[in-house]
Amino acid sequence: MALKIVKGSIDRMFDKNLQDLVRGIRNHKEDEAKYISTCIDEIKQELKQDNIAVKANAVCKLTYLQMLGYDVSWAAFNIVEVMSSSKFTYKRIGYLAASQCFHESTDVIMLTTNQIRKDLSSPNQYDTGVALTGLSCFVTPDLARDLANDIMTLMSHTKPYIRKKAVLIMYKVFLKYPESLRPAFPRLKEKLEDPDPGVQSAAVNVICELARRNPKNYLSLAPLFFKLMTSSTNNWVLIKIIKLFGALTPLEPRLGKKLIEPLTNLIHRIMSADRSVYIPFLVARVRTKGESMSVLKYVKAMFVFVVKYLGLLAMSKILKTHPKSVQSHKDLILQCLDDKDESIRLRALDLLYGMVSKKNLMEIVKKLMLHVDKAEGTTYRDELLTKIIDICSQSNYQYITNFEWYISILVELTRLEGTRHGHLIASQMLDVAIRVKAIRVFAVAQMATLLDNAHLLTGNVQRKGICEVLYAAAWICGEFSEHLDNPTQTLEAMLRPKVATLPGHIQAVYVQNAAKLFATVLKSQEGNTDSTAAQETSQLMIDRLPLFVQSANLEVQERASCILQLVKYIQKLQQKDVEIAEEVIALFAGELNPVAPKAQKKVPVPEGLDLDAWINEPPSESESEDEQPRAIFAKEEPKHSRPRHTEVDEKELAKRREARKQEQANNPFYIKSSPSSQKVYQEAPGVEHIPVVQIDLSVPLKVPGLPMSDQYVKLEEERRQKDRADKKKKEKKKRKEKRSGRGKRHDSGPESEEDITPAHMVDIVTEEMPEVPSRISNTISPSTLWVFDDKKSSKHKKKKQKKEKEEKEKKKKKKHHHHHHHSDGGGEESVQNGTVEEEEPLPVSRDGPDQVNDIQGNLQDGSQVVVSVIFENKCDSFLKSMEFNVLDSLNSKLQRPEGSGPHDGLTVPFQLPPGQSNVCLFVIHYLLFVVVFPQNEDSSTHEKLDFKLHFTCTSYLISTPCYSDAFAKLLESGDLKCSSVKLEGVVMPFHHLLARICFRHHFSVVERIDSCASMYSRSIQDHHVCLLVKTSGQTVSIDAKCDEPTLLGNVLDEIKQTFSQC
Amino acid sequence: MIKAILIFNNHGKPRLIRFYQYFAEDMQQQIIRETFHLVSKRDDNVCNFLEGGSLIGGSDYKLIYRHYATLYFVFCVDSSESELGILDLIQVFVETLDKCFENVCELDLIFHMDKVHYILQEVVMGGMVLETNMNEIVAQVEVQNRMEKSESHMERMLLRRHLEPLSPHSHELG
Repeated sequence: MALKIVKGSIDRMFDKNLQDLVRGIRNHKEDEAKYISTCIDEIKQELKQDNIAVKANAVCKLTYLQMLGYDVSWAAFNIVEVMSSSKFTYKRIGYLAASQCFHESTDVIMLTTNQIRKDLSSPNQYDTGVALTGLSCFVTPDLARDLANDIMTLMSHTKPYIRKKAVLIMYKVFLKYPESLRPAFPRLKEKLEDPDPGVQSAAVNVICELARRNPKNYLSLAPLFFKLMTSSTNNWVLIKIIKLFGALTPLEPRLGKKLIEPLTNLIHRIMSADRSVYIPFLVARVRTKGESMSVLKYVKAMFVFVVKYLGLLAMSKILKTHPKSVQSHKDLILQCLDDKDESIRLRALDLLYGMVSKKNLMEIVKKLMLHVDKAEGTTYRDELLTKIIDICSQSNYQYITNFEWYISILVELTRLEGTRHGHLIASQMLDVAIRVKAIRVFAVAQMATLLDNAHLLTGNVQRKGICEVLYAAAWICGEFSEHLDNPTQTLEAMLRPKVATLPGHIQAVYVQNAAKLFATVLKSQEGNTDSTAAQETSQLMIDRLPLFVQSANLEVQERASCILQLVKYIQKLQQKDVEIAEEVIALFAGELNPVAPKAQKKVPVPEGLDLDAWINEPPSESESEDEQPRAIFAKEEPKHSRPRHTEVDEKELAKRREARKQEQANNPFYIKSSPSSQKVYQEAPGVEHIPVVQIDLSVPLKVPGLPMSDQYVKLEEERRQKDRADKKKKEKKKRKEKRSGRGKRHDSGPESEEDITPAHMVDIVTEEMPEVPSRISNTISPSTLWVFDDKKSSKHKKKKQKKEKEEKEKKKKKKHHHHHHHSDGGGEESVQNGTVEEEEPLPVSRDGPDQVNDIQGNLQDGSQVVVSVIFENKCDSFLKSMEFNVLDSLNSKLQRPEGSGPHDGLTVPFQLPPGQSNVCLFVIHYLLFVVVFPQNEDSSTHEKLDFKLHFTCTSYLISTPCYSDAFAKLLESGDLKCSSVKLEGVVMPFHHLLARICFRHHFSVVERIDSCASMYSRSIQDHHVCLLVKTSGQTVSIDAKCDEPTLLGNVLDEIKQTFSQC
Repeated sequence: MIKAILIFNNHGKPRLIRFYQYFAEDMQQQIIRETFHLVSKRDDNVCNFLEGGSLIGGSDYKLIYRHYATLYFVFCVDSSESELGILDLIQVFVETLDKCFENVCELDLIFHMDKVHYILQEVVMGGMVLETNMNEIVAQVEVQNRMEKSESHMERMLLRRHLEPLSPHSHELG
């Protein structure tokens, strides 16, 4: 025996203890996992030994490994062994390990019941304490039931240390074994008045947790707590009690009034003590009427303390009950939006929602829009966007007085980059356009501009979410086409070949609404004497629709082919000089009325129709019951007629379902349930599969013709003023008339809520019976077929590239400046051509496609550039498919989708009819392209077109917005080298000049004062480039500063060259 | 209720984890990573509260944290706890650690994870606050440490008693 002990002890000297394990892991940083696995093997050996000390040591190490994420449940039994050691040291190790890794489904817990009971009644209070602590973490219903009595006796233990632990653990026992609550409650209540403050606080703690779940049962304890609140000095207890009162006051209003005084005293007492920070939550919990004003005083004071966050939280609670009193602190809350802490900004946003009124809506939204422009993180920006829409649309647009303003806000929001809330904006547009009749003229005009500028929305994968807006735009333009100024132009815009790159459901709407537009155009043109115009329009439709007929999306295809046939027929009739417009228009005639959600209920059931009667005899019970039309008569019928249904238990149902699935899977005629229309689109070789990252124009896109919401704010002000003046006039008149009869009358005074008359009325259809829709919409009704594509654009694997290399490449390119040439076209390719709109006519000598390109750094990844390539088909044949490839070099690589080999080309996601062009963007680092054109039709010859691309220095600049203060700081910093250049004979307006620099060289304007502007950009390697552009007459001087002198020189050279060309 | 207490360093390495609700080990690690990600990107001069990550229950739970030198102390709590109270509790806990370890630093936590757990057990029990009085906590911890010491002392005495008669015997052999 003695020998055994000695042997065990000597062995232990060579064992690793916890410290050695930790040290070992730290020394094996490279092969940590391997080291740990050898350690675990050692531990397994140690656990097999009889010596409890060795076991305890092993278990202690396991606890550490558990923290690192290793599953140690296999040692559960050994942990129980260590727990049952008689020595406190080992027992503690055992219980710690158990509390870290035991849970309800650990089966060895069953074995511990007696051991724990023994420990609970141990004469050593620390054995008991350790057992209680452990038990609190892994108590199961069984343990709770078996040990509830033992713990209850411990609640009146002589040692306060045990009492407080026993009281606290009772809450866990109640949770697992609710029956124990009733017998234990009197004792728990007793503990509220325990002489030991620790026990008292534990009892308060437990009762507060219980009351949170069911406050009603604890109302009777209010007087006791009231006494505690006035007597206790323990802040913890106070906090808990006030929390408890917070839950109780809604149930018992009288309590609130009683609380005012002690609470105010408390606040004063604590205010004077250094625990000033405790005020806010005292304040937050009290939601009684009388004292909200005094509370606000403190809330305001809190802003002096740094606890803005809690102040805002408190305010939002007060807002629920006393909105008026919070509204006066609007400025304070708006200030919080500028806080650099996102937590605080989000809270402030929540508050704003409840604070708007007719009067301040425009002002608040204007401020929010400013924040949207400034916001950095997309999540915060998205949050702002949803909040703006929430605020505006709350309770049926109650606060909006001018819908023109709202529409322009929505249009402005579409210019946000990277938002995923396109569908939200779209549904708002639809909603407003449908329900506010007066706004339709304006809305249609705006939507037409949007459609015209659709490329801005679809230009970027990042902006993919936003193209949902086009869905709304197309629908509104089609449906209310009679309001369009220039329907032909809009029709043209809707049939652009680029539309084919949009998601399927949007294309479908485009096609359908093109038909509506066509009808309108036809009508306007037929009135004229000249019939050729009408025929031209039909021809346009016939020319463009085939593109959609070939669409991979079934819906688009079906609609397009249907309409194509219709137009062809119309054309035939036109050639015979038949007046057809009226009939075409009749296809789409009728107003689409909004229908209230509950309207269906009000439709009277026709006489003689019994909705509850069976149409067919109910099938016999032997048939598979799941196939029966349960879903149709879900509510009452089946229960009455076939009570057997309820008897079928879940298990049985699951079994049947499984069997049916099996059957369906084997049945080739059964369409599997999963693929939705969206999926179909996904699987089609659509745009999404091509790793396209498109140019990101972060220069603010101010499209002429698009409205600015600000002007409406001004207009609205004027309108209100006029309204007010009118009203006053009227009132005066009235007063004159009735001067004798009346005493004093209130002057209209400051504008009140009701005085603001909305400029447009919303159609609020909630309860009243609407007219039955006079036609069944033959468009996609926006509410029914609204399929959102919420999927995030697939992230492409970014290929890293050594930055140094790129730098070298940049310089190399600089030297080879004049070597680039277009191998096919032979024309000189300007270094940076524009996008589609500004596309310069290229002198092309042969037929064949042509490319123009723009190169820009990729915002998301500094090591990438984005190249936009315009493919233009100059030949007569139809290009069915194109492939785009680049020979990867050391310095550059084409970004390919995951899984494709290094030499695979990319399929260009569109087809090119003769004479048309389209844009495609690629993410590349590259030197040489190869484009392969399989010219289909009869011959399947593949033609290859080689060309070289040229990188300029400014391709590597990324236009980055910069604020004037940051800009000034940058200039003052003194790290920047200076250089300047003078341009003579520049005859173009200053803003054109700026726009040109912005566009060609990826700069952004920081500030502009008269004929002087500062501009900023940065390279993909984060070199700052600052420009100061001044103009006087025809001389333009550019002072530039940059921290990289060579870059600076090159940039200036390029700018010079740009302007020497024009 | 406190749902979890996490201590990790500036690189996200866990130094102590204590979940009061069951999560499997790999989930625990994910939660640590997510929490670290949320907390570490915040400046030191912004407020100490934020909404919990999606893994641990989203915005129903609050993360309340303090950053001391190289360590983050993060408490994940539900709405029944007061934010400032917990902030105060973290301070109490850290001050207690400081007393027990005499100028606590990250290395103490690394090598004595078990002791840190024992101290924490005197502050929070099963997700509920047990004691906020630092002197009381320190006193209880010290009594238990003394017990442990006396136990190991006794063991050593026992060992020596067994060894003593052996040595003359082995001497004879030599």
